[in-house]
Amino acid sequence: MAAQYTKGIAGIWTEESAIVKAARKTREAGFKKFEAISAYPIHGMEEACDIKRSWIPYVTFIAGCVGLLSGLALTYWTSAVNWPVNVGGKPFFSLPAFIPIIFELTILFAALASVAALFVACKIPRMDPPVIDPDLSSHKFAIFIPYNDVNYDEGKIESMFRELGASEIKRTEY
Amino acid sequence: MMKRNPLVLGNKTLKDVTDDICAPIERFPSKGWIGMFLGAKTLLLFYIAILASVVGVGIGLLGVNSPVFWGTMIVTFVFWIGIGHAGTLISAVLFLFRQKWRTSVARTAEAMTVFAVMTAGLFPLIHTGRPWLDYWLFPYPNQRGPLWVNFRSPLLWDVFAVSTYATVSMVFWYIGLVPDFATIKDRAKNKIRRSVYGALSLGWRGTARNWSHYEMLYLVLAGLSTPLVLSVHTIVSFDFAVSHLPGWHTTIFPPYFVAGAIFSGFAMVVTLMTLVRIGFPEFKNYVTLDHMEVMNKIIMTTGMLVGYAYAAEFFIAWYSGNQYERFVFVNRAFGPYGWSYWVMVSCNVLIPQIFWFRRMRRSIPVMFVVSIFVNIGMWFERFVITVTSLHRDFLPSSWGMYAWSWFDTGVLFGSFGMFFTLFLLYLRLFPAVSIAEVKPVLNVGYEDKGGHH
Repeated sequence: MAAQYTKGIAGIWTEESAIVKAARKTREAGFKKFEAISAYPIHGMEEACDIKRSWIPYVTFIAGCVGLLSGLALTYWTSAVNWPVNVGGKPFFSLPAFIPIIFELTILFAALASVAALFVACKIPRMDPPVIDPDLSSHKFAIFIPYNDVNYDEGKIESMFRELGASEIKRTEY
Repeated sequence: MMKRNPLVLGNKTLKDVTDDICAPIERFPSKGWIGMFLGAKTLLLFYIAILASVVGVGIGLLGVNSPVFWGTMIVTFVFWIGIGHAGTLISAVLFLFRQKWRTSVARTAEAMTVFAVMTAGLFPLIHTGRPWLDYWLFPYPNQRGPLWVNFRSPLLWDVFAVSTYATVSMVFWYIGLVPDFATIKDRAKNKIRRSVYGALSLGWRGTARNWSHYEMLYLVLAGLSTPLVLSVHTIVSFDFAVSHLPGWHTTIFPPYFVAGAIFSGFAMVVTLMTLVRIGFPEFKNYVTLDHMEVMNKIIMTTGMLVGYAYAAEFFIAWYSGNQYERFVFVNRAFGPYGWSYWVMVSCNVLIPQIFWFRRMRRSIPVMFVVSIFVNIGMWFERFVITVTSLHRDFLPSSWGMYAWSWFDTGVLFGSFGMFFTLFLLYLRLFPAVSIAEVKPVLNVGYEDKGGHH
C-alpha cells in the first residue's frame, strides 16, 4: 500500500489566516506540487495556491446535452418509430408532452456525471489514505510538500515553515 | 448599517464545532431518543403489516371505490413529496441566493427530503394495485412487442420526476456528508467505527484542490436541483391539472402546488427542528431562534400564497361561467366534505397569521403547535383536491363518498412510523449539522474579531 503514496514534509498550523499566508509563501518559493489541507473550504485559498477554476461545469454541460438528446431520442424512437400507438389521436411524436421526460433526463445525466467528475478530479474513492494529523479534518491546517517537487530541500522547507509560524513539522507520506 | 446577528452562538472555536456536532453520534443514546425510536419503530412494524395486507388482499381494503378512485395513497403521496421540497429549497435555492443562515439547517432539511421522498415513493407503487409489476413503469426493451410506456401520460412524467428527484437529492445530500464522514473517521476511537465512516468518507482528504472542485460541484448540484425541485411538484400537479375534471383542470396548479409544498415542508422542518433542539441541546447554538424565526416568516408568506390560490380558484370558478366548475367549488366549501375544506383553510391560512407577532415567531411552543396545524392542514389540502373533485362529477347518479376504512388510517399514520424511524436513525448516525459548512460562517456577526473576509 505504502508505495502509492509520496513521501514529503508537512507543516501544521492552527490559524486560518496563517495557512492562507503560508500557502501563498510556499507558492512564491517556487513549489508546484504542494497541497494545502483544511477541514473546510477557505476563502482566498484558491488564489493563494494558484488553483485554476474547476473543469467540472464542462462535464455538467456536456452530460446535460447528452441527457437532453437521450431523452429526445428515447421518446421519439419508442413513440414514433419502434411501435407507434395512437393515444387519443395525439401525434406519435408529441413533443410538448415529452418535454418533462427530456427535462428530467437532462438533470439526471448532468447531476450524476458531475458527481462522477468530482470522483475523478479528487481521485476518490480511495482506500484508507495516510493521515498526517487527525485534527486536520477538525481544526488544524497543513501544507504538504512532496519530495519530488522542484527545489525540495528538507532543511530549507523546515526553516521556511517555522518562519511562517507552523506549530509542528513532520516528515510523512501523503 | 444593520448589525448581523451571529449565525452560531456561544463564540465557538473550530474545535468546539467539531466536538459539538459529533457529540450525539459518539455518545450513548439518551432515554428520550430510545423512547421515541421504539415508538417510531413499533409504528413502522404496524405500517409494514398494513401494507402487507393492502398488497396481499388488495387495494380494496382502502376506501377507494367508484366514484372516488384516488384516495389516501395519492393524498398521502402528494403530502410527503411536498414535505420533501423544503429540504431542497433550503439546501439548493437558498444556497444560490447566498443565504448563509441555511448552513446549519440544510443537512437536516435535506435528510428530511430524502426520507420524505422515500416514504412518498411507496404510495404510487402500491396504489398500482399490483406492485410486483411496477417495473413496467420504466421503458425497457421487453418481449411484449416491445410495448413501450406512454410518454404522453402525466403519471409517467411523475415516475421520471420522482425517481430523478430521489436520486439527485440523495446524491446531493451524500456529497455534502463526505467531508463530515472524514471528520468522524479521524476522531473515531474504535476500529469498526473508523472503517465504516472511512468507507463512507470515500477517503476524502480536504486538500485545497479537492475543495475547489468540491465547491464547484456543490454549486452545480444546487443549480441543477433548483429547477428540478420546481419541476417535481409541477409534474405532481400535472397528474391532476392535465385531466379534464372540474376542480383539477386549472392552470394555477403548478405554482399553487409548489408554494404549498414549500409551506408544508417548512412546517415539517420547524416541527423536526424544535424536537432536535430539545433532544440535542448542543444544537441550540447552531439552530438558533433566529433560524426558527426566519423559517416561520417563510411559513407565513407561503401560507398566504396558498390562501391566495384558494381564493383565485374560487374567483376563476365563478368568472369562468362554467357551471360544473362553479358547482365543484361550492360543493367543496359547503358540500358534504365542507368540513375538510374549512379545516384546510383554518390550518393553512388563518393559524399561521399568528406569526405577524415577533414574540410568537420566536416562541418554541407556539411554532411547534402551528407547524403541526400546518402539517394537518396541508394533508387536508390534498384530501380536498383529490376527494372532493372526484366524489361529485358530471352525473348526479354516480355521486358517492370516499369509504374511509381503518386501513386508510393505518396507511396514513404508519407512514409517519417509517419517516420517523429513518429520521431518528439519521440523528444518531450522521452529523445533523454540516460541520464543514458551518465553520466558514462562524465569524458572521463577530466580524470585529477578524479572521475571515
